[in-house]
Amino acid sequence: MIKVESLVKKFGGFYALNGIDLEFSRGQIIALVGPNASGKTTLIKCILGMVIPTSGNIEFDGINISGQVNYKERIGYMPQIGRFPDHMSMGYLFGMMKDLGKERMKGNFDEELVELFRLQPVFHKSIRTLSGGTRQKVSATLAFLFNPEVIFLDEPTAGLDPIASEILKQKIRNAKTEGKLILVTSHIMSEIEEIADSVAYLEDGKILFNRSIDKIKAETGEERLGKAIFRLIQ
Amino acid sequence: MILMLKIIKYVLHDILRNRVLIAYVLLLLVSSNGMFLINDDSTKGLSSLLTILLIVIPLVSILFTTIYFFNSHEFIELLVAQPLRRKKILLGVYSGVACSLLTAFLVGIGISVVIFDATATGWYLIFAGSMLTLAFVSLGFLASVITRDKTRGVGIALMLWFYFALIFDGILLIVLFTFSDYPLEKATIVMSCLNPIDLARILVLLKMDISALMGYTGAVFTQFFGSGLGIILSVSVLAAWVVIPLLLALRAFDKKNL
Repeated sequence: MIKVESLVKKFGGFYALNGIDLEFSRGQIIALVGPNASGKTTLIKCILGMVIPTSGNIEFDGINISGQVNYKERIGYMPQIGRFPDHMSMGYLFGMMKDLGKERMKGNFDEELVELFRLQPVFHKSIRTLSGGTRQKVSATLAFLFNPEVIFLDEPTAGLDPIASEILKQKIRNAKTEGKLILVTSHIMSEIEEIADSVAYLEDGKILFNRSIDKIKAETGEERLGKAIFRLIQ
Repeated sequence: MILMLKIIKYVLHDILRNRVLIAYVLLLLVSSNGMFLINDDSTKGLSSLLTILLIVIPLVSILFTTIYFFNSHEFIELLVAQPLRRKKILLGVYSGVACSLLTAFLVGIGISVVIFDATATGWYLIFAGSMLTLAFVSLGFLASVITRDKTRGVGIALMLWFYFALIFDGILLIVLFTFSDYPLEKATIVMSCLNPIDLARILVLLKMDISALMGYTGAVFTQFFGSGLGIILSVSVLAAWVVIPLLLALRAFDKKNL
C-alpha cells in the first residue's frame, strides 16, 4: 500500500533520511523504532507531504505522491506533539476539522474516541488551557476522525494515562482487524510487543532491519523484544 | 474552491477579534478625521493624510501579516496534513489577512475621505492605499514563508519596510546627486517602479496635480508620460508588486518543510 524507495532527506548538511527502502501493506501494525533523531518523524512527515524529500520516491497505492494531495484523505495522522491553534476551544477545533472534511465524509465520522476519552465535557475549554495528556487525546481522536485506511501514530501513548493508553491500544488493534495499516513510532518496547506485528529499525536515517516480531525473537532466541532488538543491533 | 472559502472563513473568524486590527482602525479613523478637520482646504488634508498613510500602511500591513503567519503556524500545519493543496492553504490564509486589513483601511480611511473629499483625488487615495495594503501583505507572506522562525521573519519584514519607507529615498537622492550631469529621467522612472510606496505616492499626486509636492520622481512621471499614461503605468507596476511577491511566496511554500 505504501512503498518508499531510496528516500533521502537532507536538512542543510545533515542527512535526516539516507536511502530508505520500505514497503507496508494493509492489515498490519508496524512499529518504527530507533534512537532519538534517527529520522522516524521525518519519514512519516515525508509520506504525509509535510516534509519535501531531497530525492527518492514514495508511492501510495501505486501512485507517486509528489504533487498529490488526494491520498491524504486516506491517512490519519497523530503528531508527536499535538499543537493546535491556541485561540480555539476543543469543540470549535473538532467542528472545524469536521467542516473541512464534510464533503468527502458525508457525515461518516469516527467519533468513538470522543466518547471513550470523555472529551465532550471539556469541549468548551480553550486548547491553550488543556494538559499535555488531554492534547494527546485530542490528537488521537483527530487521527481516527476521518475513518482513514492508513493511520500514523507518532509516539501515541507518551503522556497518556494508563486507562487512555489501553483505550487507544484497543482502538489500534480494532483498526488492524478492519484491514487498516497502522504505523506507530514508540520507545516503549513492551507496548510494541503488545500491539505490533513487525518492527522497522531506523538509525542515522537508514533502516537497519525490518522484520516481524516473531522472526526477531526466533533469530535471537530472546523472550523479550527489547533484549532481542538490543542483540540485533550489537 | 469550497475548501478555500472555508479556510478564509476560519482565518476571518480568528482575525476579526484581533485587538491589533481594531487599534489600527482607530488609528486610521483618528488620523483621517484629524487631518481633514485641521486643514480647511480638503486637498491639503488629503496630502497630509497621504504622508501619514505612506508610512503607516506598509508598516502595519507587513508586520501584522508576518506575525499572524507565524502565530497560525499550528493551524497551517494542521491543514497541510489534510488533503488540501498547499497553494490553496496559503491563498486562503492570504485572502483572509488581505480582506481584514483592507476592510480596516476602508473603514478607517475610506469613510472619512468620502465624507470630506469625495473627489477623484480622494478615490485615488483610497485605491492607492488599498493597493499598498495588498502589496505589503504579499511582501509579508514572502518574508514569512522563506524564514523558519518568527524572529527572523519579523526582522526581514521590518528591514523591507525600512528599505522601502526610508532608505530608498536616500539611495535615490544619492544616485540623482552623483549622476546629476547625465539625463536621468528614464533611470528615475525605473527606480520609482522599484518601490511600491513611491508608486502609490506618485499615483495620488498625479491626480492631485500639485507638482510642488510631487518630488523629483513625480515630476519626471508627469513630464515624461503626461498624467494619463503615468497613472496607467504606476497602477500596473503596483499590481505587479501585489502579484509577484505572492507568487514567489506560493512557490516557496510548496517546497517548505513543516
